[in-house]
Amino acid sequence: MGLTLSWLSVIILIPLAGLFLKSLELSPEQFWDILTSRRTLNALRVSFGLAFAAASVNLVMGSVIVWALVRYRFPGRRLFDAIVDVPFALPTAVAGVALTALFAEKGWLGAPLAALGIKVAFTPVGIFVAMIFIGIPFVVRTVQPVLQDLDPEIEEAAGSLGASRWQTIIRVILPSLAPALLTGLALAFARAVGEYGSVIFIAGNLPNVSEIAPLLIVIRLSEFRYADATAIAVVMLVVSFVIIFAVNRLQRWAQSRIPAR
Amino acid sequence: MTMQIVHSGPVTSSNEKTRAREAFARDNLRTEPKAVRIAVITIAITFLTVFVVLPLVVVFAHAFSKGIAAYLAALAEPEALAAIRLTLLVAAISVGLNLVFGLVAAWAIAKFDFPGKTFLITLIDLPFSVSPVISGLVFVLLFGAQGYFGSWLRDHDIQILFAVPGIALATTFVTFPFVARALIPLMQEQGTQEEEAAISLGASGLQTFFRVTLPNIKWGVLYGVLLCNARAMGEFGAVSVVSGHIRGETNTMPLLVEILYNEYQFVAAFAIASLLAMLALITLIAKTVLERHLDEGQASDH
Repeated sequence: MGLTLSWLSVIILIPLAGLFLKSLELSPEQFWDILTSRRTLNALRVSFGLAFAAASVNLVMGSVIVWALVRYRFPGRRLFDAIVDVPFALPTAVAGVALTALFAEKGWLGAPLAALGIKVAFTPVGIFVAMIFIGIPFVVRTVQPVLQDLDPEIEEAAGSLGASRWQTIIRVILPSLAPALLTGLALAFARAVGEYGSVIFIAGNLPNVSEIAPLLIVIRLSEFRYADATAIAVVMLVVSFVIIFAVNRLQRWAQSRIPAR
Repeated sequence: MTMQIVHSGPVTSSNEKTRAREAFARDNLRTEPKAVRIAVITIAITFLTVFVVLPLVVVFAHAFSKGIAAYLAALAEPEALAAIRLTLLVAAISVGLNLVFGLVAAWAIAKFDFPGKTFLITLIDLPFSVSPVISGLVFVLLFGAQGYFGSWLRDHDIQILFAVPGIALATTFVTFPFVARALIPLMQEQGTQEEEAAISLGASGLQTFFRVTLPNIKWGVLYGVLLCNARAMGEFGAVSVVSGHIRGETNTMPLLVEILYNEYQFVAAFAIASLLAMLALITLIAKTVLERHLDEGQASDH
């Protein structure tokens, strides 16, 4: 017990406390000035805005993938099921260079897209693509077990009572999956907001346009502007806290809705 | 939220017809028309292929684009070998530390009740959702030249930042939750009955742990170590902030990928990247095998 707590404090609590102590050295006005400077605001807007957009795409596409994997049988199903975890396992720097090579103007996908006039690499679209990549497993792996365990009888009941298949999906299945879907969305969002490795290669990193908040922290550090780096980090850390807290509450809510077996 | 009820047909129609229709309806209650099924499968496969399969294939295609000889030559560079050695060392340190801690933490959380347990679990989870850059930043603030322990470290000539200890610390921080998270649900499910039996039969605490607890959770331990190791070897953001990028000294494999890529040495960058991609694939295969063992273990318990 004591060992747990002391190890935890050495590795996690002390470093985090250091971060908050450092931010307390700033006066509220300084803190506010850093956060509302044009470059910081734009970096936060890029990170949070694109992360939310990417997490929303993951929510929809993740649901489609889960449905295909759980409900249908098709050749290669087990392989694709395993492949979902690749973004978890692939080091982010590798994902970053791979996505850049793929979507660069001469890349396998970048070339046909460029012919259509769509530029992906080195634009905010590239950030969006990398954030989608990194978020896929979160939605799939949170929703998949819930759909698998869903009692088939409630669907059969709805269907035999005359509900159309679409009505059953919207009114019966979707509400049962809602906590898992929201959890997946939150986790994918949290991951995308903080993501660094897979984004910076494809982003272009143009200040105010395609510069993500974690990169701005790194830049401020390399300029020895520790106060600026700390202020941005504190804001992002607080958002992480809130998201974890919300996810834990969501899980409890989900458990209370499902009767114990 | 009222359910609209649509009568599927007149009840008075012939019995046989009704029965056939009912059987057909039952089969159809839990599935969709064929066209919808094919569309859903196609969308899922296309999405996974574009966003997951192709990036993986691209790594190997670029790594071998100038032939196997160029690939092997890139990996035999002293810089590459130094990066591989450092990555293995850092992974060994952080997996070792987190294995010991993860066991103790999971044991404390699963087998005992104490105030602040939820807070402890939240703390353990935190590195999962904190930006890796922030994980690196906190150590710069502690051990950097202007950090809280900076001057003390300088006076005692101890180098943490821009050296192996800093990289190991940041990696340990980032991989902190894996072992504990893999074990907590497993140990909670197994409860304390077997341990209590062992203790009441006269076994000491340590004997109980090694003879009863550990064999019960061995697959879970392996599972946690596997994921912890994969993340430790592949960590980029946190390590990037604390490493200082000293060539041949503090560059791990992911950092070397970045450096080579920015220097337009694409074959070399993708050669290192391909090693990391293979690590990821091996990890996934091993994970699938372990998950089967874990499922069997749970099935045999009930």
